Amino acid sequence: MSSRIEILNDGGYRSDGRKQYELRDITIDLTQQGTADGSAQLTHGLTQVLVTVFGPREAKMRSQTLHDRAVLNVEMSVAPFSTGERRKRSRADRRILEMAAMIASTFEPVVQTNLYPRSQIDIYVHVLQQDGSLLPACINATTLALVTAGVPLLDFVCAVTGGVHSTSPLLDLTTLEENDVPHMTVAVMPRTRKVTLVTMETRLHVERFRELFELACEAGQTIHREMKYAVKDRTVALVNAMDAGSKGGAADDHDRDVVMDDRI
Amino acid sequence: MPRPPSPSIPEKEFVYGALKQSLRLDGRAMLEMRTPTLSFGPELGWVECAMGKTRVLAQVDGKMVKPPPERPLEGIISIHSELSPMASNEYEPGRPTEEEVALTRMLDKVLRRSDAVDKESLCVLAGQRVWHIRLTIHVLSDAGNMVDCACLAGIVALKHFRRPEVEVEGDEITVHHPSERAPVPLSMHHTPFCFTFAFFPDAPPLVDPARLEETLSAGLLSVALNAQKELCVVQKAGGSPLPAEEVLAIMDIAVAKARELDRLVEARLQEDWKGRVVEVR
Repeated sequence: MSSRIEILNDGGYRSDGRKQYELRDITIDLTQQGTADGSAQLTHGLTQVLVTVFGPREAKMRSQTLHDRAVLNVEMSVAPFSTGERRKRSRADRRILEMAAMIASTFEPVVQTNLYPRSQIDIYVHVLQQDGSLLPACINATTLALVTAGVPLLDFVCAVTGGVHSTSPLLDLTTLEENDVPHMTVAVMPRTRKVTLVTMETRLHVERFRELFELACEAGQTIHREMKYAVKDRTVALVNAMDAGSKGGAADDHDRDVVMDDRI
Repeated sequence: MPRPPSPSIPEKEFVYGALKQSLRLDGRAMLEMRTPTLSFGPELGWVECAMGKTRVLAQVDGKMVKPPPERPLEGIISIHSELSPMASNEYEPGRPTEEEVALTRMLDKVLRRSDAVDKESLCVLAGQRVWHIRLTIHVLSDAGNMVDCACLAGIVALKHFRRPEVEVEGDEITVHHPSERAPVPLSMHHTPFCFTFAFFPDAPPLVDPARLEETLSAGLLSVALNAQKELCVVQKAGGSPLPAEEVLAIMDIAVAKARELDRLVEARLQEDWKGRVVEVR
């Protein structure tokens, strides 16, 4: 059925009107959610995920703590209405369990867990809508939620998907494209340019993989810029709010305006 | 039962110290695999694969079933794998552990989702009868790198298996007993092999980690590919971050390893086939 859809037409446009290397619109909402310590809602095209972070806090199960670092606990739930076909997935679905395990192991070397011995950081991932690039959306949202929770991280983790249609590489695939072309997910740490996660499940020649992999690493940098702006905006808003509460208001002390290093 | 304790500090330091000098505990070179030993049982599709002390048994059988209405033209392949305490004292019966989920998902991706077996050729009568190929993986003992061993056992078992010949006349299906007509092999698109690499801080990557190396490693990267240089699965879920060039360098190593392994598997299968008497009357 899917072969009837033109993935890339002669004019170089994809089925949703994007160019080959064009990413979908990313909207980041870092508003506080309930009692969570940190939260982020990330909308990536039609994919939408909400991640809430609790902790570092005392673990509910004392036996599962580690004496020298914090434990990351990732739980993922997929809303039954998130796909076109309404379907309730059990929490023990292997695909979901695997994805949660992937998120946990991606963040284990990035979060400075050694600062919080005998504690636990809970990450709850809720998938509200899915239209391709689900794992990257979850990873990006988790990074942002951890940042808003004030958990010390070594770096951002920025993920993106890429695919190859015959010989032309594409970035940021939709479900339609994921069903049709070989694709992979790459997560990079933008500052060191190191790769923390690579997954691919479809057949692809080694040479094509090389090309796409390098492209996806570049795209990670672009995603990083978006995420950095969102975090910066929120921090500026918070600092301004703090100033407004103090004696003179924000208007008279311009010298205390937030200066943030662009390199971070 | 409590989980056995993790490796002790001296053990850990010794392994790290040795690996820094590119030495491994079992005397292998960093990029040397344990040579897999494949032994075939009396039945077709019964393969035991041993890599060092890791042993996996794979068994294939086929039966005819009615296909699901959404895929009337395709045969069914199902993979069953279970980790029992028999494999290692770290596994407990009951709820699937993280290792078990990882094993099942990897087998599924390498053997089923990579389209190794041509599913359409398993169709006997559209919408009525298709072959259901069942692959059962038993992990007999886990001494490290169980996933690669299981994938190898699985793919060799699928290549070794032969299904009875069928004849269709109108709506009537005749299944010929193996003694009547020679059974036919499954039609395979390609043969993917899985390789796992382990990473350590300040040490070069190594292939086919042993149990201790696996537990102590800072990260694992699994690559499944065939001898035609086509990658089927790449899996690096977390672990220590790697520079992009290193990931690409590993792909090149895996390409060479896959060619080598492909030759070994083909040679072993031919050797076994010569020893079998095929009666055609």
